[in-house]
Amino acid sequence: MEKLFKQINQTIMTELREGEYLGMGFGGEQSNFTRINAAKVRQIGNVDEADLGFNLILNGRRSTGSISLSGDFDEDLTRARGELTRLRAEVVQLPEDPYLVLPESTETSHNEMHGNLPDAEAIPGILLPAMGEVDLTGIWASGRVFQGSANSSGGYHWFASDSFSLDYSLITPSEKMVKATYAGTDWDQTAYEAFLADSITKLKLMSLPPKKIKPGDYRTFIAAAGVSDVLSMFSWGGVSEAAIRQSESCLGKMRNENVKLSQLFSFTEDFSSGFTPRFNGNGEVAPEQTSLINQGELAGTLVSTRTAKEYGVESNFASEGEGMRAPAMAAGSLKESDILNTLGTGVYLSNLHYLNWSDMIGGRITGMTRYACFWVEDGKIVAPIENMRFDDSIYSFLGENLEAVTEKLHINPDVGTYDGRELSAIVCPGILLKSFSLTL
Amino acid sequence: MDLHQILSGIDVRADWIGLRYVKENTGFRLVRDGKPEANTRESKQGVMVEVLVNGQFAYYGTSRLDKPGIQAAAERAVKLATAASKFSLHSFGVDARPVAKGSYSSPYQTAADAFSPGELSDLLIKATAELKVSDKVVTTNAMARTVETESHFVASNGSDVDQKYLMVSADYSAIAHDGSVTQKRTDGGLLAKSYQAGMEVFDEAAVLARCRNIGAEAVELLTAEECPTGTMDLVLAPDQMMLQIHESVGHALEIDRILGDERNYAGWSFVRLDDFGKLQYGSPLMNITFDPYVENQFASYAYDDGGLKAEKEFLIKEGLLIRGLGGMESQLRSGINGVANFRASSWNRAPIDRMANLNLEPGTSTQAEMIASVEKGVFMTSNRSWSIDDYRNKFQFGCEYGKLIENGKLTKTVKNPNYRAISNPFWRSLKMLGNRDTFEVYGTPFCGKGEPNQIIRVGHASPLCLFEGVEIFGGA
Repeated sequence: MEKLFKQINQTIMTELREGEYLGMGFGGEQSNFTRINAAKVRQIGNVDEADLGFNLILNGRRSTGSISLSGDFDEDLTRARGELTRLRAEVVQLPEDPYLVLPESTETSHNEMHGNLPDAEAIPGILLPAMGEVDLTGIWASGRVFQGSANSSGGYHWFASDSFSLDYSLITPSEKMVKATYAGTDWDQTAYEAFLADSITKLKLMSLPPKKIKPGDYRTFIAAAGVSDVLSMFSWGGVSEAAIRQSESCLGKMRNENVKLSQLFSFTEDFSSGFTPRFNGNGEVAPEQTSLINQGELAGTLVSTRTAKEYGVESNFASEGEGMRAPAMAAGSLKESDILNTLGTGVYLSNLHYLNWSDMIGGRITGMTRYACFWVEDGKIVAPIENMRFDDSIYSFLGENLEAVTEKLHINPDVGTYDGRELSAIVCPGILLKSFSLTL
Repeated sequence: MDLHQILSGIDVRADWIGLRYVKENTGFRLVRDGKPEANTRESKQGVMVEVLVNGQFAYYGTSRLDKPGIQAAAERAVKLATAASKFSLHSFGVDARPVAKGSYSSPYQTAADAFSPGELSDLLIKATAELKVSDKVVTTNAMARTVETESHFVASNGSDVDQKYLMVSADYSAIAHDGSVTQKRTDGGLLAKSYQAGMEVFDEAAVLARCRNIGAEAVELLTAEECPTGTMDLVLAPDQMMLQIHESVGHALEIDRILGDERNYAGWSFVRLDDFGKLQYGSPLMNITFDPYVENQFASYAYDDGGLKAEKEFLIKEGLLIRGLGGMESQLRSGINGVANFRASSWNRAPIDRMANLNLEPGTSTQAEMIASVEKGVFMTSNRSWSIDDYRNKFQFGCEYGKLIENGKLTKTVKNPNYRAISNPFWRSLKMLGNRDTFEVYGTPFCGKGEPNQIIRVGHASPLCLFEGVEIFGGA
């Protein structure tokens, strides 16, 4: 794939006319997807695809586009030339863009990570027998993911990575569920079977008779998987500098009214794990770490070069949408072994579901509890709870009601596949809350 | 490309093979505060090769469009199906892919290329100017999205379906700010005005008039009272009913969800297979139809991606659940009557059960009669927040704009209106249903579901609705 990208890049860049600036982005994947229901194969298939993005700038105007690539150089060069012709015809008709960013980065990088993945045809045979009689539903995704960036100033980046993930739910006959994700780069059958066996053991806890709790405010522990869902919300009307400037951010209160969260809450964009490349669509390389919230205070935001130009601030080379690519929350001091005792009596939430801002500016999030969620009394799990709706503000549950943060960090891989297989992961601990509002 | 020729040349051993070529060009233009933010076009094309071997379907989506590439994809799909057939959830026959021959072209008056990029940009710039009705409007956005799609499906059983679409979505929004209060108003919810239509949607006079109203309502909300808290009557505008139907009816009736396929992602359903024909889903006023032929509605088509011909069907009649949202695979698995809704988001995804046009049929009440019947309640319009549980039971939705209803009259404007309820009791509380004069058609490009994930377009139409005794509340 890199050869194809390089060949097209080298050819197209030599065909640019005077005054034209061009950035090109490459994205592709060679993936197997095996969908499982009741520990059987529901759907199975492969997807091979690649796209080439264009960012053409001429006389202060910008037009962008993307095309599918076939993998055949001659065919794809024809398509690329056709797209460049279309962009040239369009860009002269567009209004001037005062905040456009010239693709001037000259940085280069090359990062290929090879794994050991099973053949697609072998996947049902290695996954399903270990499931035995358990009711398991989920999705296996594996294969290679590619990202590339090049520009007319000579900047060039390439990133390719092999990975697999089995994201699954185990379900009891009474419809209680446990969620888990087994992910990595090198397949290990023994490790997989041990991981799955551990999940099945956890499922047995769910066979206790469920307890129905009433709406109200409860002492609550949210495990790392649930915390990662909360942190994801900061990519949508959160840490984006443009969103704050345009009054579309939950953090506007922190910027404009000096409101603070708990000192226990620190949050960074941290690429040090290497899950996702540091270069953005313009080929700009972000710092390895950017502090966003430090001990409850707004320490920074994600600033794209476009936003930097508009508002006269410094870019930290965020993506154009200023969403997080490598979120990481700092650990605290609560030992995993002390979670239940410290919680005492309250609810233990392993996962959350379907979060949305119920009042973005007020920082209020609603969503559901899901999967292994328990009622705990005097430090002991008593019963799984029926799913509850919550509706609470980050200024409360990440503010005065944040009592403790676990010392252990968990890696929560993003298994999303809407725009192709995601590469990122959220690194975070669990959180203990003095009070959390369950509403329905 | 000649799909027939490619299909006839494919040499694999399969009980059935189908090729679905999709080419889709998505244009998107966004202007913020009079300045261009995005002028982009995404052009995607590829072929989904599907085979049936030993009762198991398998697929290979490839962007390689030549004969050797598709032959190789078919061979790999056969190997996958063969390997997976030892572990099949269900053994399908060729009846899962009915023979389909036909075509569809979406209706439009003005072709996509009738507006030049410059002309459309100019209109969007004017729109942002109209949205800024005062200095308190701090951010204005105008966006236009056009999608041109060609789909050609051929299969070894003789199926041959050509479908072409032109789809247009637009939205205009204003954010107003004063002191510590910020409020946003859009054109009926983000991209709710999504249609199978042409560039006639961008009639300048109509667009600019709407923008002035949107800007004015954003400013009006700055000084509005907080929505009251309490249990009271709720009148929902059709642009919010779109979301209400989608989340608390549509997803719950998807047969693949009921069969458990989505339990690891979107979730399950409170509806069970034995509820069909028995469950009183809502009040007798409730008639829900799957209707693929509503003029200009966003998800109209003639055949689904499995080759089933699309027909109008009642899913809920006089409140009684009678039919599910399931294509042939789900119908064969469940034994439940379904509809032609086996759809894929593009060439690179396999079809699953999706909503298409799912509508609440109009009733007989006028808007005036409905408002007059309410002693104390809130009217809400334009969705801004949505969340529902994995069984499609406990939901909480929020709107952009509300009006108090007091003693049969619309009175004060209220901000941050929200409500929460449980699906069946909520629908059973449907007390009055607006007539055809109140009936409006909407759609959204953004329905997410499936593993691997798929975003697909759906359409929803509804009259004005009155629900009694709903838990209503305001903002933070």
